Amino acid sequence: MGEEISLEHRFQAYVDADNKVEPKDWMPEKYRKTMIRQISQHAHSEVVGMLPEANWITRAPSLRSKLILLAKVQDEGGHGLYLYSAAETLGISREELLDDLLAGRAKYSSIFNYPTLSWADMGAVGWLVDGAAIANQVMLCRTSYGPYARAMVRICKEESFHQRQGYEIMMHLAAGTPDQKAMAQDALNRWWWPSLMMFGPPDDQSPNTAQSMAWRIKRKTNDELRQEFVDKTVPQVEFLGLQVPDSDLKWNEARGHYDFGPIDWEEFFQVVGGNGPCNKERLAARQKAHDDGMWVREAALAHAKKRAAASAASNDLKTSAA
Amino acid sequence: MKWATCDLADYALRKADDTLVLGQRLSEWCGHGPVLEQDIALTNVALDLIGQARGYYQMAAAWRADGSTEDDLAYRRDAHLFGNHLLVELPNGHWGDTLARQFFFDAYNFFLLEQLSKSPVEEISALAQKAYKEVSYHAQFSAEWIIRLGDGTDESHAKIQQSVNRLWAYTGELFEDTDLDRKLDGAVPLPSTLRADWLQKMREVFALATLELPDPNAYMQKGGLHGRHTEHLGYILAEMQYLPRAYPDAKW
Repeated sequence: MGEEISLEHRFQAYVDADNKVEPKDWMPEKYRKTMIRQISQHAHSEVVGMLPEANWITRAPSLRSKLILLAKVQDEGGHGLYLYSAAETLGISREELLDDLLAGRAKYSSIFNYPTLSWADMGAVGWLVDGAAIANQVMLCRTSYGPYARAMVRICKEESFHQRQGYEIMMHLAAGTPDQKAMAQDALNRWWWPSLMMFGPPDDQSPNTAQSMAWRIKRKTNDELRQEFVDKTVPQVEFLGLQVPDSDLKWNEARGHYDFGPIDWEEFFQVVGGNGPCNKERLAARQKAHDDGMWVREAALAHAKKRAAASAASNDLKTSAA
Repeated sequence: MKWATCDLADYALRKADDTLVLGQRLSEWCGHGPVLEQDIALTNVALDLIGQARGYYQMAAAWRADGSTEDDLAYRRDAHLFGNHLLVELPNGHWGDTLARQFFFDAYNFFLLEQLSKSPVEEISALAQKAYKEVSYHAQFSAEWIIRLGDGTDESHAKIQQSVNRLWAYTGELFEDTDLDRKLDGAVPLPSTLRADWLQKMREVFALATLELPDPNAYMQKGGLHGRHTEHLGYILAEMQYLPRAYPDAKW
């Protein structure tokens, strides 16, 4: 007991000094569990997050935009891979993590439970959703767990590219025909508030924030990140000539920040709890891919075993011949 | 140049349609693959094919010299003007169906591009040389999957054999010589000259996969090169072309 306390003190001093925790280092069990939860949620978000955008790949309106979107969704899959690998360094397998997702025990970012209804959503998702994700992820590049921080550096580079691509779609639409501009405004109306919710509940209702800040997993609170996002994004909306769907939004000279209206946290908790517009469809799509892929994975495994056995047998022959 | 640019344009369009329609089909898998690594790998193939399609459409647009763009050609032509092979428009089915379709096409495309890389028409040889490198990888990827599924479990063996049998009737068209190919003699290979190499590749891979090769002389479905397609192409285009058709004045 006394030893455990002193190890925890040493761990705290270690992360306080901005050192990175590596897979083989001692860490409090709760830190390990928190990291598994957070990294796997992040990995699941990348993989489930492929679905709403993949929804428009076959309908992309030009060959160029089709290639960009396809490559983007593929990048999200790649991010899922790095993140599952980072989670595996904590002593859990990708299969276990996927089981947790499919059984509904693991969460993923709630934003992906909203539908993508028009091509403008490909712009809004890239610009706002990836934008909100980047705000969080830039902070995570300095997170205390080494493999997570390193995965995040690479992911951030690609995400900022995605965000520019999303904004480019919005610029084309906003400068296009009246129909296109209306499409852009409609997408902004639907994605604005869910994007603000992406930073999580307000600080006074966020149960994990204090411990995560102490362990330097998080470096900024939900509300700080949300404010930064609003401050950065409002001028971008103005540049597009669109309207933020918030009548309370105004610049507060004294604070040096934008004030914005109340967030509908009831909606947030309902969506997190499984009642969003697409929760069931998203999980069903993952479940179907998993089930339909079962015979394929089994075949690959069986073939690999046959290959290994054949190569072992041929090595035996060579040895006995020698 | 001894070949008519309108013929070269038509030829480029056929290749563009093949690669676009197959790329479009493969892109339907994105996010739904059997395992993340393979989802990513198949999307790579889709990206390469759509990239090749852009190259062919740009080439066709330049030869047509009628002001049309790559997107006009991809998004503003109706099904009967598409000149792709029937094989590439068939639905994805399960992973085995998709990979059997892919292997048939990749092996054909590989031997085709090998010849096109040597074309005296510079535009064609330049594109073919780049595409050849990509397609060498595609053909390896799909062949490995045929072998893995054929020589995997009893279930996968039965499934991939069924896929192969079902799709076989759509392979004959890959080697159909048309007037257009004959008019372009010397610039592009006659498709029938690719058949022996293709069949040899089938035999090699099927042997490793412990699969039976269907009868090479079986009755074959045709029509795609002449604009007579399966019922599937109309739906592919309805989906793919919807935005430019619904908003004809918009730029994207």
